[in-house]
Amino acid sequence: MSTEIVLPVDREAVAALSNSKNEPAWLAELRLQALETAVQLDNPKPEKTKIDRWNLDAYGTASTNAKVAQFSELPEAVQEVLRSSEDSEVANVLVQVDSNVIYTQLAEELKQQGVIFTDLETAAREHEELVKPHLMQAMKADEHRVAALHAALWNGGVFLYVPRNVEVSIPLQALFYQKDSAARFAPHVLIVADTNSRVHYVDTYISSETTEASVHNGVVEVFVKPGAKVTYASIHHMSKETVDLSYRRAVVEQDGGIEWIVGEMHNGNTISDTTSILKGNGSTSDAKVICVGNGEQKLNLTTRAIHFGKSSDSQMITRAVMREQASSIINGITKIEKGATKANGEQTERVLMLSPKARGDANPILLIDEDDVTAGHAASAGQVNQEQVFYMMSRGISREDAENLIIRGFLAPVVSEIPNEQLQAMLKSYIERKLGQ
Amino acid sequence: MATEFVINGLKATIEGKEILKGINLSMKGGEIHAIMGPNGTGKSTLASALMGHPKYEVTDGTVTLDGEDLLEMEVDERARAGLFLAMQYPSEIAGVTNSDFLRSAINARRGEGNEISLIKFIRQMESKMKALDMNEEFAHRYLNEGFSGGEKKRNEILQMMMIDPKIVVLDEIDSGLDIDALKIVANGVNEMRSEDRGFLIITHYQRLLNYVKPDFVHVMMQGRIVKSGGPELAERLEAEGYDWVKEELGITDETVGQE
Repeated sequence: MSTEIVLPVDREAVAALSNSKNEPAWLAELRLQALETAVQLDNPKPEKTKIDRWNLDAYGTASTNAKVAQFSELPEAVQEVLRSSEDSEVANVLVQVDSNVIYTQLAEELKQQGVIFTDLETAAREHEELVKPHLMQAMKADEHRVAALHAALWNGGVFLYVPRNVEVSIPLQALFYQKDSAARFAPHVLIVADTNSRVHYVDTYISSETTEASVHNGVVEVFVKPGAKVTYASIHHMSKETVDLSYRRAVVEQDGGIEWIVGEMHNGNTISDTTSILKGNGSTSDAKVICVGNGEQKLNLTTRAIHFGKSSDSQMITRAVMREQASSIINGITKIEKGATKANGEQTERVLMLSPKARGDANPILLIDEDDVTAGHAASAGQVNQEQVFYMMSRGISREDAENLIIRGFLAPVVSEIPNEQLQAMLKSYIERKLGQ
Repeated sequence: MATEFVINGLKATIEGKEILKGINLSMKGGEIHAIMGPNGTGKSTLASALMGHPKYEVTDGTVTLDGEDLLEMEVDERARAGLFLAMQYPSEIAGVTNSDFLRSAINARRGEGNEISLIKFIRQMESKMKALDMNEEFAHRYLNEGFSGGEKKRNEILQMMMIDPKIVVLDEIDSGLDIDALKIVANGVNEMRSEDRGFLIITHYQRLLNYVKPDFVHVMMQGRIVKSGGPELAERLEAEGYDWVKEELGITDETVGQE
């Protein structure tokens, strides 16, 4: 550690940002404290991935983006993702471009039920009682430098609150678009699902093509109150010059459940960390992650479940396809704390390598401090199974088609879980693009 | 032109070890040939080598289907030329549904721009599945994944019926089948009998041959066909076993390539 560390932004800039957004004092203070902490912290040390040479400081400067009133005024790249094939009406959606949320639309019916779906900056001003007790609580600012910088610099973002007993049947959707690589891009997603509520939320991270280095430093925090169920789906597909640092954390209370569905289709270096903290008895977590790596991408994907609650259950599946020179480290960590009796944790990590230079490493890790539990893991890393290729070819299918079917089949179990047809189709098209089709 | 399938002096090795030591066999459309023999005599190797499994290296001989040299072809080309192998241990492929797989196989034959219509495909598949007493849900399940032994074998026969090949090789299709499933599979084969299609049934036991009457029976030992005859040969093998054949030919160890 060194006191010589130069931060990508200084104290005055952070204070000025808070000021310009008219942020409450507690938030301005939280940002400044985090910035001070950042000076003393090291970067995260993801398992088996050296990030020293990644450009982690290309935070750019906060941009100003004007709000738009009509869907049709949104940038074309945004409309393309959101425009549903069947109906032109896009409901329940939030759009952030660069550093600012410029469009929010929530159905009247949901508003009347007390659902809050707005940018996090507004929520911090208008719903302090809901935001303050949760913001940067699942992900602590002092975890590492990236977390601290996020706490100091986050912008735009989402706040979603679902009141007690309210069930939202259609998925709420957010889109984060980095249009200008010189703009700071650090959205924070905060979801609070109150007791016995239900909600599906989907978000997408895209950027314009650029040759400039940039960083996406994103944190997602989900608070699942007793008996609530949250499905969170996320698709990342940004430029190859963008370093994607994404930390997702859920805190799940008694009998609550979190479902993660993550499509890592990013084109640049990536740290993706998806963690469920199973605090309550009977709480559950189900995480499914797929990834296609190409070019010279380096990816470090971690899924983690930390069991505190008795009879808590975690399921994790990660499937990654690596081609060209892409390399990935896939970590699955099941941690069962003492006292979490009858807990169960299952995890599977599989990596398929399509070229001799592609690398994939699957690391299942079980850390268990309680005797009365069940846990299992399976991991594999290898090439396309030639026995399967032979079988398909023996029915007349060409080698190329057979391999394509097998690769898509490998990813299918996660693709089919995306709770929105439009996004499923989009994820498929990203997969095709990344597979070079 | 009537289908003609000729294996001539076929030799094949696995990891340098010779398993097939010169197989000669000639089949015409409409004929059913059975290859019988104890375990380890090279029967399944013959099936795999004909299809072009990468594990086996053909070192000598020719195989032609209607005059075309099969051994010069890739596995998928052999299939499109009309060869079909129902495998003893079909692969399981997660994420690819049975119907998507079959449709790809059919379209691979028909070529681009001439793909089978979805409606027509579904109708065909449903009627064939019904004939094989297969639950409709098998169309949407992942290819062979979690199928029981019997379900996999039925699925092989379903593929055969849909693909409509000229030469069908059934490798131990009867192993692991109970008597009801055996009858269903046999019915499927009998239904597919026709003047321009030949069958090569590789089996350990006579029992399938009770339901599918072969025209010719061959006994395989030590990587060669050592005896050929009509259906009566299969019956005698069932009644008396293989010892008399070994005695007659002065064979003590009938296996090949065993350590």
